Amino acid sequence: MDIIKALEQEQLKSDLPSLDIGDYVKVHLKVKEGNRERIQIFEGTVISRKGHGLSETFTVRRISYGVGVERILPVHSPRIDHVETVRKGKVRRAKLYYLRDRVGKSAKVKEKLVKPT
Amino acid sequence: MKDKFMLGKKVGMSQFFDATGLAVPVTVIECGPVVVVQKKTVETDGYTAVKVGYGDVAERKVNRPDKGQYKKFGVAPKKYLGEFRTDKVLEPGQEIRVSEMFAVGDAVDVSGTSKGKGFAGTVKRYGQSGGPDTHGSMYHRRVGSMGANTDPARVLPGKRLPGHMGSESVTVQNLDVVMVDGERNILVLKGAVPGPKGGLLEITGSVKSGK
Repeated sequence: MDIIKALEQEQLKSDLPSLDIGDYVKVHLKVKEGNRERIQIFEGTVISRKGHGLSETFTVRRISYGVGVERILPVHSPRIDHVETVRKGKVRRAKLYYLRDRVGKSAKVKEKLVKPT
Repeated sequence: MKDKFMLGKKVGMSQFFDATGLAVPVTVIECGPVVVVQKKTVETDGYTAVKVGYGDVAERKVNRPDKGQYKKFGVAPKKYLGEFRTDKVLEPGQEIRVSEMFAVGDAVDVSGTSKGKGFAGTVKRYGQSGGPDTHGSMYHRRVGSMGANTDPARVLPGKRLPGHMGSESVTVQNLDVVMVDGERNILVLKGAVPGPKGGLLEITGSVKSGK
């Protein structure tokens, strides 16, 4: 068991972004086209974080052309270049699945105003 | 002839990210080092093979006939033994590490003893459907028809019936090698392998892949 832990430890990213539930983020993804690599940005609200260690994932939800789109991404995926937090969200629960049933203004997460340090 | 072989113990499963960044399900195996215990040749045994041992064992736990064998070949007693047909020139006492046998990108076959399921019915053992649970059904997970009646007037051999399931030798073919670590004796394969954690595994070069 400890061997697995050690192997997983080697693959963990050390420069993890601060990803909080409700944050509006821009995920910079590395996309391979042929032998060219470029960065694709997926932006949306973080609605869940699940699992732990190497297999931990987070879900980003956005409305694209009127259709809800969710991407589930491994936190430690090497395909993620970096995650940029656009604004923090003010939320009271760990999973924001209720956003799926809402449209318009009620489907928004209030911004959490953080004191500049 | 299998020129690539190894003995190991299943540690458990995990996930790794491959070169393209995709998460891959993997099995971690504590693999070797194995020690050549005996060399079998056409002259003495009628065929060529090597017998290898894996894992140390206290000498008092080895019975006298085995002790004699180990003494004859000048090798310390081993917990597990495995025999592989090979033409490779190996001498008793020689230690083989996993990094000498396999490299990343190879394909391997893995044999082990599957988890025991005990006395299992036909639904679990053969994947038969079973009957409805409700609506007055009195036929839930029972065995189905035994066959025709007057002719042949007996149950045909091979009729699938309840019985012992699992704890049998199972081979999984064509698993990709994801990682090899000769220092720590670790072999990581893509996919699942038979048996419980801690179960003994025989890992050989793939028969079918041609790699």
